[in-house]
Amino acid sequence: MKLDPKIPSGPLEEKWEKHLNDIKLVSPNNKRKHKIIVVGTGLAGASAAASLAELGYNVLTFNIMDSARRAHSIAAQGGINAAKNYQNDGDSVWRLFYDTIKGGDYRSREANVYRLAQNSNLIIDQCVAQGVPFGREYGGLLDNRSFGGAQVSRTFYSRGQTGQQLLLGAYQAMMKEVHSGKIKDYPRQEMLDLVVVDGVARGIITRNLVTGEIQKWEADAVVLCTGGYGNVFYLSTNAKNSNATAMWRCHKRGAAFANPCFVQIHPTCIPVSGDYQSKLTLMSESLRNDGRVWVPRKKGDKRPANEIPEDERYYYLEERYPSFGNLVPRDVASRNAKLVTDDGLGVGDTGLAVYLDFRDAIKRDGIEVIRAKYGNLFDMYENITDENPYETPMRIFPAVHYTMGGLWVDYDLMSNIPGLFVAGEANYSDHGANRLGASALMQGLSDGYFIVPYTIGDYLADADLPKVDTGHDAFKEAADASSGLLDKLLAVKGDKTIIEFHRELGKILWDKVGISRSKEGLESAIKEIRELREEFWQNVKVPGEANYYNKYLEYASRLADYFELAELMALDALDRNESCGCHLRDEYQTEEGEAIRNDKDYAFVSAWEFVDVNGKLETKLHKEPLEFEFVEMKQRSYK
Amino acid sequence: MSEMTINLKIWRQKNEDDPGRFEEYKLPGVNEHMSFLEMLDVLNEKLIKEDKDPVEFDYDCREGICGSCNLVINGRAHGPKHKTAVCQLHMRTYNDGDTIVIEPPRAAAFPVIRDLVVDRTAFDRIIEAGGYVSVKTGAAPEANLIPVPREISEESFDYATCIGCGACVAACPNSSAALFTGAKIAHLNLLPQGTPEREKRTLAMVEQMEKEGFGDCSNYAECEAVCPVGISISSIAQMRKDYMKAVF
Ligand SMILES: Cc1cc2nc3c(=O)[nH]c(=O)nc-3n(C[C@H](O)[C@H](O)[C@H](O)COP(=O)(O)OP(=O)(O)OC[C@H]3O[C@@H](n4cnc5c(N)ncnc54)[C@H](O)[C@@H]3O)c2cc1C
Ligand code: FES
Repeated sequence: MKLDPKIPSGPLEEKWEKHLNDIKLVSPNNKRKHKIIVVGTGLAGASAAASLAELGYNVLTFNIMDSARRAHSIAAQGGINAAKNYQNDGDSVWRLFYDTIKGGDYRSREANVYRLAQNSNLIIDQCVAQGVPFGREYGGLLDNRSFGGAQVSRTFYSRGQTGQQLLLGAYQAMMKEVHSGKIKDYPRQEMLDLVVVDGVARGIITRNLVTGEIQKWEADAVVLCTGGYGNVFYLSTNAKNSNATAMWRCHKRGAAFANPCFVQIHPTCIPVSGDYQSKLTLMSESLRNDGRVWVPRKKGDKRPANEIPEDERYYYLEERYPSFGNLVPRDVASRNAKLVTDDGLGVGDTGLAVYLDFRDAIKRDGIEVIRAKYGNLFDMYENITDENPYETPMRIFPAVHYTMGGLWVDYDLMSNIPGLFVAGEANYSDHGANRLGASALMQGLSDGYFIVPYTIGDYLADADLPKVDTGHDAFKEAADASSGLLDKLLAVKGDKTIIEFHRELGKILWDKVGISRSKEGLESAIKEIRELREEFWQNVKVPGEANYYNKYLEYASRLADYFELAELMALDALDRNESCGCHLRDEYQTEEGEAIRNDKDYAFVSAWEFVDVNGKLETKLHKEPLEFEFVEMKQRSYK
Repeated sequence: MSEMTINLKIWRQKNEDDPGRFEEYKLPGVNEHMSFLEMLDVLNEKLIKEDKDPVEFDYDCREGICGSCNLVINGRAHGPKHKTAVCQLHMRTYNDGDTIVIEPPRAAAFPVIRDLVVDRTAFDRIIEAGGYVSVKTGAAPEANLIPVPREISEESFDYATCIGCGACVAACPNSSAALFTGAKIAHLNLLPQGTPEREKRTLAMVEQMEKEGFGDCSNYAECEAVCPVGISISSIAQMRKDYMKAVF
């Protein structure tokens, strides 16, 4: 396997522009002859599809929901970063770049991250022109808020519904091109395989989720924008249908999977209330701007929060990290929540929660100011928990939220399979070992609006693409494999349900491949995952049949992939003998619980090559070294 | 009290051609903290174990923002709680022994796919007709070049929060999509960015709405009453105003 990141030479500030100037162009006449498949129409996919269509390509879009507007991106709450420096607080492209590289604990590529910071400003311009109603100041200009991991105010927002507004902007841009005839949109279609002909991505296999039909689609390039794999943990903040199937099947066709163990656990989510719980709800990180995180100083203090006097409250983030306080990056906040609850200081029935308290902010700014900023989040909290956060502090706990890992891509966002591009959360590119708040939306839209549409042209201009049609053997083989897997699942007819298996898998991961990991725990996780996977294939009960709408069959097929991916995540975590970002290995931390990175041995992207699964996952590790020419690798400190 | 037994009467329909029927289920062990959809998950686990077909229903975010869920509960779209999508409804709203009737949203423009799952692509086609600003990627001016008064921006935002669930259609005696269509028209037409295409957009979207087989609006305002995000029927007034301007 060859992994060439293809980073352009030259000064950091000039790499992308120079690359754009060097990119080969496809003439309008020829663009019309190319067909491009975009799988997934969240922020990354919808923006890529719209932009590619505007350029003149013929685009086919696929997604598993009934409309592109329902992609998981819709749920993003807090905001999107850009280096506009509208607040005149000293922000710049360099600072956004630097914060992102540092926040990712120096496990991402300088060149990619710098380009992301450069594109950030274009994204805001684009979205405003589309009619995205960002929050504004009284003078009519755009407003900003602050987010974790930064000391400037650079986050643009639409109340607590930023993802919704950005996605609707991209979706509408996409529908405009459906209208123009350049996009053909196929909702309720799930990609089940990638078709590779002579080493090049030439199409996909889908299942029509309404009729159950397995369908074949050929193209000159495939852009995968299918989101992250946080749902492997069963409980996460991801939408229920978010899944890893498209990326995992591409991996099995040869695409390298990078940094699978880098999973972000978000510090502010509503705690689990019972077994029936189907997902976890995020309380936006923006709440940490005004909310103060604390636990009682005394173990087992069961008094209601408001009766605990000031000097008996442990504002642990403010005490431990005086300069960032409640705004430390997510990994630091999550880890500290775990530390205090492990120490028995947790609150609520389960003891697995900490307080996020708005009392002082309400005293300072008045209830109306707080309501204007967070009203919908407070309502959501009250609706779920039946408690009023204006009166008693919220109870929060970390939950799986985002996956920094994903398919390996080069600077052009192309995987190691020529013709397969990967954008948005599905690629591993810009966030290293930890993503900062408000930067996933930025990355998805940077990839979709401003990178893939150009780099794909460069690929197509040069690629030797003999005509293939869906009659080709490779299509037949992939289609048979897809339907074969579904038949196999239906044939097990065991007696344990899909959810029961998924819950068990999730528990193994949460306990052993979650907020902190150890050699011992990971080894036992690998063993348990293998055993549970065997049991799954012997004993799962999948209802119904394959030839009609059958959500549990979709689910079973996704869970089959999670069982393999889970093992890879544990293997990757075991291999990485250091702590960095969200990856905390118990063996590699200071006495205070701060991560100890090992730059000498681990400043690389781990890129795994699939070999086989047979009782165990056989896989081969490749390393892309990370070189830091422009920033100095420092131990992160938010003290 | 935390565990309840709930009697469910659920619409079952194999496909568009099947006439469909209600089936009854008794579900013990319902916890008051469960969301409504989690209660249905529990029912499905039970049905699967009994070798029966689980009930199909749409969902994704379970946070009230994606607009996938759209059940009609005891005759009311999204159930009894004001401004709450069914995924955000909790079982504490109900009492032990209650009977709950669950149906899909019924409208000619939303054919049933299976059980409670319907086809809402008509909404996409209404957006496709004109629910956007025709700005190409890369062509946008600097974002702060055009200030937008805060009140206008906020009002536009209120309309833009529509989640496209279709409850408005389900609740309307005429199965009108006026609230959905009006919300998008009002969102874009209020903003300076949306102004150049105002008339064209309004005409195209209204025509498409009619073509899809949605009924006319007769001001029942049932739509506003069930809307999980509280879209105001003033959007319909805005649509009418802009439509009149465009026609005459
Ligand atoms: C609750 C929440 C709040 C967040 N808040 C923020 C925030 O404030 N700021 C921020 O920057 N980030 C935030 N994030 C992260 C951010 O929302 C996501 O990382 C981002 O939206 C992912 O976009 P995407 O386009 O890559 O993928 P998605 O939006 O996940 O889209 C995936 C698409 O792929 C389709 N798909 C999936 N599998 C298949 C398949 N097999 N075949 C066909 N189609 C498929 C889906 O239908 C969908 O269209 C938040 C995330 C969560 C969970
Ligand atoms: S499931 Fe998303 S709004 Fe209800």
